[in-house]
Formats: sequence, structure tokens, C-alpha cells
Amino acid sequence: MPAPTSAGTSLVTARERALAVLGGEPDDATLRRYLHGIAGVDAVGLEQRAAGLATRSIKTSSKMWALDKIISLIDLTTLEGADTPGKVRSLVAKAVNPDPTDATVPRVAAVCVYGDLVPDAVDALGGAHGDPDDGLISVAAVATAFPSGRSSLDIKLADTADAVAAGADEIDMVIDRGAFLAGRYGLVFDQIAAVKEACRRPDGTSASLKVILETGELVTYDNVRRASWLSILAGGDFIKTSTGKVQPAATLPVTLLMLEVVRDWHLMTGHRIGVKPAGGIRASKDAIRYLVTVAETAGEQWLQPHLFRFGASSLLNDVLLQRQKMTTGHYSGADYVTID
Amino acid sequence: MSFLEYAPAPESRAILSLRDTYGLFIDGEFVDGRGTPFQTISPASEEHIATIANANAADVDAAVAAARRAYDRTWSKMSGRDRGKYLFRIARLVQERSRELAVAESLDNGKPIKESRDVDVPLVAAWFFYYAGWADKLDYAGLGADPRSLGVAAQVIPWNFPLLMLAWKIAPALAAGNTVVLKPAETTPLTALIFAEIIQQADLPPGVVNIITGAGDTGATLVAHEGVDKVAFTGSTAVGRAIAKQIAGTDKKATLELGGKAANIVFDDAPIDQAIEGIVNGIFFNQGHVCCAGSRLLVQENIHDEVVERLKLRLSTLRLGDPLDKNTDIGAINSKEQLERIRMLSDVGVEEGAERWSVPCEIPENGFWYAPTIFTNVQTSSRIAREEIFGPVLSVLTFRTPAEAIAKANNTPYGLSAGIWTDKGSRILAVADKLRAGVVWANTFNRFDPSSPFGGYKESGYGREGGRHGLAAYLSPAPIGQAALSAGRGGAQRRLETKEATPTRRVTKRATKGSKK
Amino acid sequence: MSRLAVPKTYKLFINGAFPRSESGRTYEVMKADGGFLANVAKASRKDARDAIVAARGAVGGWGGATAYNRGQVLYRIAELLEGRRAQFVAAIEDAEGVSRAAASAQVDESIDRWVWYAGWTDKFAQVAGNANPVAGPYFNISVPEPTGVVAIIAPQDSSLVGIVSAMAPPLVAGNSVVVVASERYPLSAISLAEVLATSDVPKGVVNVLTGSPAEIAPWLASHSDVNAIDLVGAGDLDWIGLEIDAADTLKRVLRPESGADAAAPSLGRISAFTETKTVWHTKSLL
Repeated sequence: MPAPTSAGTSLVTARERALAVLGGEPDDATLRRYLHGIAGVDAVGLEQRAAGLATRSIKTSSKMWALDKIISLIDLTTLEGADTPGKVRSLVAKAVNPDPTDATVPRVAAVCVYGDLVPDAVDALGGAHGDPDDGLISVAAVATAFPSGRSSLDIKLADTADAVAAGADEIDMVIDRGAFLAGRYGLVFDQIAAVKEACRRPDGTSASLKVILETGELVTYDNVRRASWLSILAGGDFIKTSTGKVQPAATLPVTLLMLEVVRDWHLMTGHRIGVKPAGGIRASKDAIRYLVTVAETAGEQWLQPHLFRFGASSLLNDVLLQRQKMTTGHYSGADYVTID
Repeated sequence: MSFLEYAPAPESRAILSLRDTYGLFIDGEFVDGRGTPFQTISPASEEHIATIANANAADVDAAVAAARRAYDRTWSKMSGRDRGKYLFRIARLVQERSRELAVAESLDNGKPIKESRDVDVPLVAAWFFYYAGWADKLDYAGLGADPRSLGVAAQVIPWNFPLLMLAWKIAPALAAGNTVVLKPAETTPLTALIFAEIIQQADLPPGVVNIITGAGDTGATLVAHEGVDKVAFTGSTAVGRAIAKQIAGTDKKATLELGGKAANIVFDDAPIDQAIEGIVNGIFFNQGHVCCAGSRLLVQENIHDEVVERLKLRLSTLRLGDPLDKNTDIGAINSKEQLERIRMLSDVGVEEGAERWSVPCEIPENGFWYAPTIFTNVQTSSRIAREEIFGPVLSVLTFRTPAEAIAKANNTPYGLSAGIWTDKGSRILAVADKLRAGVVWANTFNRFDPSSPFGGYKESGYGREGGRHGLAAYLSPAPIGQAALSAGRGGAQRRLETKEATPTRRVTKRATKGSKK
Repeated sequence: MSRLAVPKTYKLFINGAFPRSESGRTYEVMKADGGFLANVAKASRKDARDAIVAARGAVGGWGGATAYNRGQVLYRIAELLEGRRAQFVAAIEDAEGVSRAAASAQVDESIDRWVWYAGWTDKFAQVAGNANPVAGPYFNISVPEPTGVVAIIAPQDSSLVGIVSAMAPPLVAGNSVVVVASERYPLSAISLAEVLATSDVPKGVVNVLTGSPAEIAPWLASHSDVNAIDLVGAGDLDWIGLEIDAADTLKRVLRPESGADAAAPSLGRISAFTETKTVWHTKSLL
């Protein structure tokens, strides 16, 4: 693992923080002691809490605010083998101008594509490319042999570095679930840290790193909680539920659990980590439940693009339909929103 | 704006078509009461809802007489299959009118609509469904073949779960073949009276269910009535004790569901986020107006500070306010009297040296409200650790070892419920074994199901409601000789019959039994 | 010349020992024909209190013993009684003035009832308890557990079968008992206590008081550390008053019985001194 070169990079801080929290080198044994010392999760209670949060009734002004908020938190995504430059241009156009009939609709936070299509996305965005905090749109690239993660570390790092070099602002990496399930926590840690290093740009800045746990393959909530801590300790800026290629993808209980981890991490270190549920969130109603869960678990300050994202594609149009209903007073139809 | 200040989402009251005045429901009809009528109000706004008839002794006589007639002429003679069908009908009608019942319950009681809608009313329907199926299967209730119904049941229920407690009482009584006279609490009669309409819609034979409204004296008159065979009461230990004395020396059977001061024990290896939810649900569900509420938090000393901090964070997200708002977590305290009791005991807690922390939240101007409150630094000797507060007030105590947790949990005259939170299965089972409480929730709290018996040890009362045990509370074994195969006294009968074979045994019978009075 | 007999001193049975009444009182017990039989300890309220303390101390161990173990202990009582059958027959003949056949039958019946109840220890929970199919992801089970300390006013009209019939069922579930013996026929009760003392019944599990039920019963009925009271033999006492006293701490009460079926063996007598405990536990693969 390359030694950190300049003080003040988030990697150095992350590593120092991890050493302080773990009380030792992040090897399998130390990580096992730490991760298995974290309180367990009772699945029934977790799911009941999520179900309780899902009964919140978000109406009128709160709903309008929530719909716009959802749009501004979307990573508009296309991750198909058949993706082409044309498809990416279409996606970008949708991201920049979600509803051509209504200029008050906010832009999404980012577009999310395979690494080789980053140049196309950057190109298509043009002047709209930038930080969502500035009303601009970021480019996120999946990397590290997405979605399986089954390749050598060198390839994963090259995959990452290529995307960053091409202009990606955010890297969505996958963890090695096999290594995690085999108890090789040190290996998973090292890979995340190495990818984080590969996110660094020549100017010393760094692309933001989202660590995909693929919760559908980790299966148990205890695993999800441990993988969340592991990813944060290793320097991830976001923890993300899923690739979207494995079922179940994002669920409300899993997202709640990950939000509890980032809340606890913040209480412990004062440092905020983002959460990104991805895959399977298609309806506004569902997305609103996620907002409620974020606000009531981690806090409202998490409802901003650097701390919460939806990885989604069809969600955007459902939100637009709902938004049209709220502004016009009558129900809209699929032909009144654009496909990308 | 703050997203967390969710815009109002009130449940519509339009679904309710309440009458201005409600009579007593006796012999299938609403009739005027002979006592002075009283008002039922919304505890959230103090606004008048309806005028309610007040049953005096003559009305109690009439109700018991109607129940007796219905028992003698109809209900005790009806087949179990048909009794069951009536109960199934009632269950369906409750489901059909569930929204209306939920709104009425929240209006009259002050509990959040999300609880009346998602907990109370669905359980009411489930309770009737469950016991409906028992009506033609009484031989399997555990009392041997051909068990007998008891007759007329006097049932007096509290204000914390008005309709649910009605279902807990009426469903098993009717399934077993009894008829009932039920008195709802003075402050929450509304849903029982809507239920009377459901009884009419179900075309239940007149007199099988009679509902009389009034205050404590009406209940006392009913319980004491000589025409009553069975008393079922849910409420305070003080009243339960008075009932036990009142029926001493009679043939009346009693089921008493009384107070509690449940320990909710959190070990240091607990699934912490779920434990926090369980603590919150344990004591702040239904504003803490729950006899089995986890009002004593016993937390392992080494995680005390962390648990209290997390608890405060979590409580800060609770929303107190309009019970009919779908986002309300904490509704109104049911009555002024109850609010005063909660305030009084909380003040005692402060005087005793405990530290009070209440959720900083806005309290509505009208109505009866109490912000969720935690007391730390509470000692086992404190009144707030011993007396039932019956409100949203949690007392936090600590322990060091499992044995100490058990000792402290059991150190109360009550014994209704308890909670255990730990990831260690063997410890859960061992602690559950040693807790002197009728319901033990492990890694969960305040769960109810019609198939699951509920009831207390010690001064929390006796008898069980729910499940097969709850059914047996409304039955007696067949008389000896009529059911020689029954598990109970028939066993003795069978043994005695075997003995007839030898002359010496026949002598035994005379010598040891025949001489008895 | 016939040998001069050595009469027995009849004392109380508290916490595995045989103390005299702390009050120093005794009363005369007569034969059926009116002749003197023995002086018997007349228990005081303090003896009753000591007996309850002993019983409370024994609840944990006895209730916590395995059902298999309790069954063997109760069966052992039957074995020992069988061995002392002649002694009890003679005593009953003397005390009750009944024929040898009747006395024998009473002893036989008493032994058989111990055997019957011994067999229930590891079965009644299966009959009285059950799994509950709740509508949710929970393991849920209801089991009967001992109520705790049970005070008993034994049937007053027999020497042995009455006290055995009242004493055995609460022991099945793991309760400990304080029994007030028949005032008129106390001798076999104390002899039974001697059997218990030499059997495997742990000390304090059974405590036997002799004396005046009318005097002792109110102290038992009003004692806060008694969980249940069996008034089966209290028909001649102010049992309604006792039931009212018992209500102060919501004790479980069995009312007096009389006639041929009084205290007849039944599952109901076992379950009357049990509490149904329902345990919920979450259940999940995740």
C-alpha cells in the first residue's frame, strides 16, 4: 500500500483515525476483534423500526419539498452492457433538465456510468459539470470490476485511476464480498484504502469514494453493519447498499442500519459519512420514506448531496409525475415526462 | 424549512357519524339510563363529544337480567358452531368499520391514530377471529370433554385500550358460551357504544352482549350483583383488590388484570439500536398508559451513559400533538386526573433526588399533555421506581450482574411483564426463567396476540387473557361422572371407579370421603 | 410383664427440623374413644412466620430443580410411606377409631396419590403449557411455573389422605408449602413429616404446623410473603374472612371443599398453584 504523501489528505486522516479507533494495524485479527465487538442487530426490531418510519404521512408543503429534495439527491444511473455515448448523452440531458415543461425542477446530483463512458458524460455535461452544491452535476463512475469485484487489485486500481483521470468526481467501488465473508477483513480494508489512494488527482484533490457493500450478498444485518464500519474505517466517503445487479438491492431496513452506523461514527469522530441506497427505489412514495428515515436517524443535515444519494434511474420520472400532480392539481401520465 | 416539521396530516373525522347522546345497550336495544348522564370529551382538546347515559342499580339489574335470559334461553343452548359464526361476523364487521373505530378511539381516548389504526383495531378483529374458532372446539380447551360455560360475566374495562380490552373480554366469554354485561371506562365509552351498533348489525341475539356506561360505582354494582357468575376486570390493583374482597365467599370466578411496574433489562451486549426502540416502545407507547409498560429501565451500569444519551437523541424525534394526525407519536393524557397523578409522581421523583429530563417539545394549549420524561439516578427505593405512574415517564436504574438484574426486576409486588435485551440466547432463557412476570419479551416489547396468554403474577392479578388459557377462564370442567375421561377431576373419578373392584377400597371411600361434610 | 412403651413426642416440622412451638404450648389429642393419645405442639403465629420464611427460602431450589428430580423425590415419599405402612395404619386406627381395613385403605390411597402426583412433575407443563402461533416473527411459548409459597389448611376429617391430597399437588409444580394439619388428627401428619425429613425433600419445601387452624390461618392468609392459600380444609373456619384477608396481596385462593371428592386428585389442583408465563422472542434468519 503506497504511503500517504501529503498531510491533510482525507486518506491520511482516515488512516490515522482507523488506527486510533482500532488500536492497531488494520489486519484481519484486529479488525475481527473490532467489528465483532460492535453490538449486534436484531432483525425483527430493525425491520419494525423501518416499517414504523414508513408510516409517516408526508403531505402538502412537506411533500413538495421532499420531491424536489429527492431529485437533487439522485445519481441518475445507466449501467448496461449496451450503454453507448448516445445513451449517456441522453441521460445527461435528462439530468440537466429533468422536466422540460418546468424550469423550477432542480437538477439531479450526479450521473452514474461505467468508467469507459466518463469522457462522454463529462463532454455532454460541459458547463453543467461540477459540484451539486453549486447547482452543477457530478460524474460518478462505477469501478473496481463492478459489479462482481472479481479481478486483481491492479486492475481495480487501474479501473479507478482511469475514471478519475477521465474526469470522474466520484468513484462507486465494490468491496470483495468473498473476502469479507471469508473473514479476510484486512484484505477488504487494504483494497478500499488502495482504491481511495487511486482516487487521488495530480493536484492533490481526490474523487469521492462510495463503497458498495452489495448487501444482498452479505445477507445478514450483522454483516452489513460490520461491512459499513469496515468501509468507513478504510476511508470510504460514502457507504452504498448495492450494485443494482443483485437482489435484494436497497431496502429501507438496510438503509436504516447504515444510517445508524454513520450517525454513530459521527457521534464518535465528528466526521460525516454519506449513505447511498441504490437499486429498486422506483416510486416517490418509497423515496420519501428514505428521506424520513434519514432525517429521523442521522438527522436533517444528511439531506444534502454530499451525504445522501439515491442510486436510481426510473425514480426520477415518478417524482416528476408526482410533482406535476402537485403543481397542476391533477394526475399526470407517462407521456408527459421524458425518457432518457 | 425543517423537513422534520412534517406538514399536518390529519385523519378525517368525516367517517364518524356520532350521535349526540348514547343510551345503555341492554337486551339488544339502546335504552335511557336512570342515572345522571355524563359527557365524554376529547382529552386532546377538552371538546365535548357526546352525552352518555349513566347506569344506576336498576339499570344494572336490567342488564344482568337480560344477560341471564339470553344465557338461559338462547346462548347456552346454541351450538358452538353457531356461536362461532356470530363471532366471525363480528370480526368482519370490525374490519369493515376499522377506520371509523380507529378515529373514534383516538378522539375519545387521545391515543395517536397510528396506534389505534395499526395496533388497537386490528387486534380487536384478530381477537374475535381467534376466539370465533374456539367456540365449537371447547373440548380441546384443556378442561376435559364437555366443559361448561359459567353463565353471566360482569366485565369492567379500563380507558387505556377501550375497544381492545372490550375484545379481550367479550370474545372469549361468548366463545365459551357465556353472556356478558360490560362496562367501559367513564372517560372512554365511545367505541364500546359503536361496538353495540356492530352487535346489532351482526344480529346477535338480544341480551348476549349488554353494554352499560357509568362511573366506578356502576362497575362496583355490576361486580357485586348476585346474578353474576364471573367477574373479569382490568384496571388498578386497588380496585382489583376491592373486587377480590367483594366476591370472597361467593361462587364467582374472577380474572383480574391489574397494575404493573415492568423491568426492561438491557445487558451490555444488547442489540443496542433495537433496544433503544424497545425502551421507547415499552414506555412511550400509548403515552405510557399501559399496565405492562416497561416503566423501570434496568440498564447494565457499564453502558448506562451511552443508553441514556441514545435514548434522549431518539426521544427528541418523537412528535407530540393532535392524536388524529397520522404523524403523531405521543398523544394526549386520557384525563385531567391522570395528568395530575403523573405530575405528582414526577415531582416526587425530583424531590427524591432523581434527575428529570423531558423532551423539549411544544405542548398544545388545550387538553391534557405530558412530555416524554426520563428519570436518571433513580434508586430502587424511590416511589417512581415502585409505583405505577401510568404515564410517559421512565425510571432508569442500573445493575452490574445478571443475578442483580433479576433480583431488582423481581423486587416489586407486581409481576405482569418484563423485557430482556441481550444477544446471548442462553442468558435470555435463563433470565426469562427467573423473572416473576406473566409475560416476558426478549429483544422486543409490548407485543400482543390473541393466541398468546397475557396476565400477571403476584399483585398484578390472576387468570390469563388470550390463547387457550384465556378461554379456560370462562369455562369450568364438566361435573364429575359426566366426563370420566376429562383430564381433571375425571382422573380421580376414573381412579375411584377402578377401586370399586376391591372391597377394601370401597371401605376407603366411606372412611376417608364419606365422612366429609 | 409387658414392656413399658416409649411414647413419641410430636413436634412441628419447620425448615427440615422438628422444633417445639416457640410458644411452648401443646394440646391434648384424644383417641376416637376419648382416651389420651398424645400432647401435640400448638403452633403460634411466630411458628407460622418461621415456617413461611423457611418455605420462601426453599422455593428457588425446589422450583428450580428439574422436573425429573422432583418426580423422583415425590416417588421416594411413596416408597418410604409404603415401608412404614403398618405404623400409619395403626395410628389411623387409634386416632380415627376406624377398622384396620379402612385405615389400610386410607394409607394405600395416600401412597397411591403420591405416586400419581410424582408422575405429573415432568408432564403437567406439557399439558398446561403450549406454543402460541402468534401473527409475527416470534417464538412464543407459555409455560406454567410455581406460584411460590402456598399455605394450606389441610382437610380436617382425616389423618393422612387429606393432608397428602392437599400437599402433593403444589409440590408437583415446585411450590413450597406450609400446611396446617388436621386439628383433631395431627399425629399422622407429623409422622408424615418424619417420612419427608428422611426422604429427599429439601428442607423448607414442606413445613407442617399442628395446633388450631382457626388461630393460625388468619396469619397465613394475611402474610404478604404467601402467594397462595388452599382453604380446602377451612370449611368450619371463617373462610370468607380468610379469603378477604388473602385479597390484600391478591393471593390465589382455593375455596373449601367437602364431600367425597374433596381434594380429589386432579390436574386442576396442580395448575391452581401455577402461573402461566409467556415468553416472546424475536425470530429471524437475517
